[in-house]
Amino acid sequence: MFDINKWQALLDIAVWLQLGTAFLETIYMLVLSGIFTVILGTPLGILLVLTDKGQLLENKVVNIITSIIVNVFRSIPFIILMVLLLPFTRWIIGTPIGSTAAIVPLIVGAAPFFARLVETSLREVNKGVVEAAISMGANVSQIVRKVYLPEALPSIVSGITVTLIALISYSAMAGLLGGGGLGNYAIIYGYQLFNTPIMLVTTAVILILVILVQIFGDSLSKKLDKK
Amino acid sequence: MIKLEKVKKVYQSNKQNVVALKEINLEIKPSEIYGIIGYSGAGKSTLIRLINMLERPTEGQIWIDQKLMNQLNDRDLRFARQEIGMIFQHFNLLWSRTVRGNIAFPLEIAGLPKEEIDQRVNELIQLVGLTERADAYPSELSGGQKQRVGIARALANRPKVLLSDEATSALDPKTTDSILELLQEINKKMGITVILITHEMHVIQKICHRVAVIDDGEIVEEGSVFEVFTHPKKSITKEFVKQVTETKMVDETLRYLPHDSSSYILKCGFVGETANKPIISQWVKTVNVDVNILEGNIQYVQDASYGTLLIQINASKDKLDESIAFLQQNGVEVEVVEDVRYQ
Ligand SMILES: Nc1ncnc2c1ncn2[C@@H]1O[C@H](COP(=O)(O)OP(=O)(O)O)[C@@H](O)[C@H]1O
Ligand SMILES: [Mg+2]
Repeated sequence: MFDINKWQALLDIAVWLQLGTAFLETIYMLVLSGIFTVILGTPLGILLVLTDKGQLLENKVVNIITSIIVNVFRSIPFIILMVLLLPFTRWIIGTPIGSTAAIVPLIVGAAPFFARLVETSLREVNKGVVEAAISMGANVSQIVRKVYLPEALPSIVSGITVTLIALISYSAMAGLLGGGGLGNYAIIYGYQLFNTPIMLVTTAVILILVILVQIFGDSLSKKLDKK
Repeated sequence: MIKLEKVKKVYQSNKQNVVALKEINLEIKPSEIYGIIGYSGAGKSTLIRLINMLERPTEGQIWIDQKLMNQLNDRDLRFARQEIGMIFQHFNLLWSRTVRGNIAFPLEIAGLPKEEIDQRVNELIQLVGLTERADAYPSELSGGQKQRVGIARALANRPKVLLSDEATSALDPKTTDSILELLQEINKKMGITVILITHEMHVIQKICHRVAVIDDGEIVEEGSVFEVFTHPKKSITKEFVKQVTETKMVDETLRYLPHDSSSYILKCGFVGETANKPIISQWVKTVNVDVNILEGNIQYVQDASYGTLLIQINASKDKLDESIAFLQQNGVEVEVVEDVRYQ
């Protein structure tokens, strides 16, 4: 464990440059997959709520189908999902390897998860306020845009925080399939080259990233919450 | 203006039917404040929510201004709703918007241009007296202030009808009165028709012109507030009237009276004009009896006064009959109260 030569590797500027590149790759994967997860997951969450029994667009068939799709993708372990999606990823991105390619399974894995979080957030919106909007003659789209989403925003931001943290851990796994990023870097040095110090440093960077996302997300959610 | 014809509402829940309204017939005139009073579960909320179609009637018809509400298509119903304001017991404001934002909300829904919204919001903020608090969030307001926002929001699109579902039930008595006064002022100023439901007779007494008593899904009594107040017919109506007229003291007063078999206790009701005449002193002189006033109160209903006196007289049966005749001739309502001690 305590091999002085391996610790000396930390003095090598090249190691830090590689670490920096890996860090940027992770951020790249996080930002892109985060954005698409929110873009895809939010409407899914809205659909889950609105088509439910007694809701504005009650529709049993759509509700059950959406629910099944969400549950299926949410239940497949991410590492298996990645492999299953290889042909699909190749078809969309052109290649199944690299940071950009990793974004596809990240989105497919995280969007259903986020959809459920959005669903929970929307269900917490006071029914009375929705009713007040209906009594004013609002249509469904106005109710979604002006009542559901703004009222649930603090809670949705918390959901985004949780999802981003899940994405950090997924993206580390994506490293296994050559996705690059901090996960990949930790695995190469820690598992393949047995350089424990570099692996520890990389892990620390991941940890700090998680903590920063959490702190930032919590404070933003709190700031938005006027309740 | 507003007419409900043979309206019935049955809720279906878990294969079990709940008949919330049996057969409601109701007519509300333009610019009146119409109160509907009943105990919890009587069907008040169901009734008021039928008017803007938050609930659909199982049977019957609901007319507003010659418009058959329950047959409008979705689009027409949304426009019709913009002409009906509604306020709620728990205010139902948007937490995420300030006072200003909440009042602007219905105007945004109606699709008004930004400048017009700003101008109208300012007018409304002033109308409900919240100029100082325009940029506060609902969580920073008191209950009364929240309801003022609710009222401003309900009035934003200049509706012809205002529905109030227990709007003062979550407020303390003083705040209740200030909100009721605001509603009354708005009714006078704008001629808006107000329909309010409540379980408190005080609310009816203070601002309503006409009242309906609802019990177990049926309207059991209806009329002008003054008439219902002074001459309640059904026992449930009498209970509601008691909420405000009779102090609990009456029974107590009677209980502690010295036992005297030759005395009678009269409950006298003075309506309108008679309340302002010196009838008692004339009675004492004319019939020559001794009277002892045990308790009295005067109520004001719709700008008219209605007084009740509890009087003990020491007199023979003849004198008693003579007294009753005299009082009745002078327009006083008289009732001989059974002495509680013999009950
Ligand atoms: N959505 C509903 N589903 C089933 N039953 C209902 C529903 N809403 C009201 N009820 C029933 O209808 C009756 C009248 O309720 P409501 O109109 O709320 O009375 P109130 O407002 O006078 O307290 C009650 O028995 C209540 O349980
Ligand atoms: Mg109710």
